[in-house]
Amino acid sequence: MNAALLRTACYDWHVAHGGKMVDFAGWEMPVQYTSIVAEHQAVRQAMGLFDVAHMGRLKFTGADAGKFLDQIVTNDILALEEGQVCYALIANQQGGVLDDVLVYRLPDFYLMVVNASNRAKIVNWVTDQRGGFRFEVEDLTVARFMLALQGPRAQHLLQPLVDFDLSSLNHHRAAIARVMGQPGLVSRTGYTGEDGFEVIVDQAGAPRLWTALADHGADDGLLPAGLGCRDTLRLEAGMPLYGHELDESIDPFTAGLGFAVKLDRGDFIGRDALRAARENANRQRRVGLVFSGKRIAREGAGVLSAGAAVGRVTSGGFSPTLNHPIAMAYVAPTVATAGTVVEVDIRGKSESAQVVRLPFYRRT
Amino acid sequence: MKDDHAMDLQLLLFAKTHEWLRLDGDVATIGISDFAVQSLTDLVYIELPQPGRVLKAGEVFGEVESVKAASDLYSPVAGTVVESNTKLAEDPAQLSASPYETGWLIRLKVSLPVSRAGLLDAEEYKRLCATESH
Repeated sequence: MNAALLRTACYDWHVAHGGKMVDFAGWEMPVQYTSIVAEHQAVRQAMGLFDVAHMGRLKFTGADAGKFLDQIVTNDILALEEGQVCYALIANQQGGVLDDVLVYRLPDFYLMVVNASNRAKIVNWVTDQRGGFRFEVEDLTVARFMLALQGPRAQHLLQPLVDFDLSSLNHHRAAIARVMGQPGLVSRTGYTGEDGFEVIVDQAGAPRLWTALADHGADDGLLPAGLGCRDTLRLEAGMPLYGHELDESIDPFTAGLGFAVKLDRGDFIGRDALRAARENANRQRRVGLVFSGKRIAREGAGVLSAGAAVGRVTSGGFSPTLNHPIAMAYVAPTVATAGTVVEVDIRGKSESAQVVRLPFYRRT
Repeated sequence: MKDDHAMDLQLLLFAKTHEWLRLDGDVATIGISDFAVQSLTDLVYIELPQPGRVLKAGEVFGEVESVKAASDLYSPVAGTVVESNTKLAEDPAQLSASPYETGWLIRLKVSLPVSRAGLLDAEEYKRLCATESH
C-alpha cells in the first residue's frame, strides 16, 4: 500500500479486525470487514460503526463567517439557528456543483463538512472567494476524528457515553458535548437513510471511543461497517455521491437537489445560472431504476428507450434490502416519469428496467 | 476454506484468471478458486452457458457478479459444455461456501491430451495469489 496515504486514528483497529483497506481519496480506509451485505443489514436492523475521519472538516470563525458561507453555498446559511445543520451545494458561477456539504451552525463557529475527494479544491475555493470577508478558516480534518454510528439502535448505544439527552437532539441538529469525558461534537446526521449520529472528537481520544462503541454494541447487533456498505446504503436512500451523481457539469436542479437551493435571498455565487437551470424544462432528471433481472448496471451504462439513447447510469448496485439490482441514472424528461420502462445496456446486453422515484428505501 | 480442506488441490490446475480445472478422463470440471471467491465477496448472480456450447481455451463462458463488481469467467481449456451447475443460479452462496466442491461451475468434454499451456499447478497458483493480495 502506498506509504503516502493518510491513516485515521483508528487505522490499527481496522487492520486488527479484518478491515480490507483501500485507497479512498488519499486515505487508507476499510472498504469492508466481513461482508458488504452483512454490514448493510446491520445498519438497517441494528447499527453499524463507520470511520468517516477522511471527510473534510473546515471550521469558520470571525465576524463574517456566516455571511461568507451564505455567499458560497446554495442554502440559506443566515437563516440557520444555533445547533442546526443544513445540506447545501457549493456551486461555481455557471451553477455547476463543486461539492455537496453539510454546514453546522454552532454557538461560536460554523463547521463545514466536505467530501474527502474535494477537500483541497474547496480549501482553495474558499481562499479564492474570500475577498473582503472577515473570517478565519481552519482545516481540522487531520487533528480531529469523526465516526458515524448509524442504525435504529444507535441512540441506545451512544446515550451512556454523552453528557446530554440524545432524545432532545432532532434530525439535522448538532451539540457541543462531552463524549466519554472528552470535548466533542455530536450531530444527528448520516449518509445511510437510517437514524444515527456523527461524532467528532480529538484524534487522541478516538481509539478509546471507537473501541467502547464497537465492544458495547457487539451484543446488540453492531458491526463495524466499511465504505462498501456506505455506498449501498446511500444508494438505497437515493443520496447522491460526488463524482457519480454530482460534478461540475451538473446543476443542483438536474440532480433533484432544488430543496437545498434558496434563490430568494441575497446574491450568492452561481445564483443567476441556478435560476436559469430551474426554469429549464428540458434538463435531465435524476431517477431510480429497478431491474427485474439479476444483472447489475454499473456507472456509465447507457439508458435507452426504443433503441435511442436517453440517459446514463451514475451508480448501480445490488440492494440488500429490496433483494434486486437498483441504479440511479440521469435520463431525458420524456422517460423520467415513474413507471416508464427503459432498457439499460449492461456490458453489451440489454436489460429491462423500470423508472421509480427516489429514494428506493425510506425508513419507517 | 470451509469444507474444502478435504479437497486435494494438488489435483487441480489453475488459470491466471483464477479458474480451476480438474480432469477426470475426458471431462474437465471448472470452477473459480477460493481466492477469487474471497476477493469478490457477496455474490449475487452467476451466469453459465447451456450444454452443447463449444468453447475455445481462454473464451468467456459466463459471468459472476458480486455486490462490488462483475467478472467474466474464462475457460482454461477448449471443449464442449456437457453440464452447468444450475443450482448456483438460485443460490450463489453455494459457490462462496464451497468453491472446489459443490460450487463447481461447468463440465466440459475435452479432446485428449489437454494443453496445459499457461496453466499453473497449486504451488504456482498460490504464489500468484500471494503477489496479488499485496
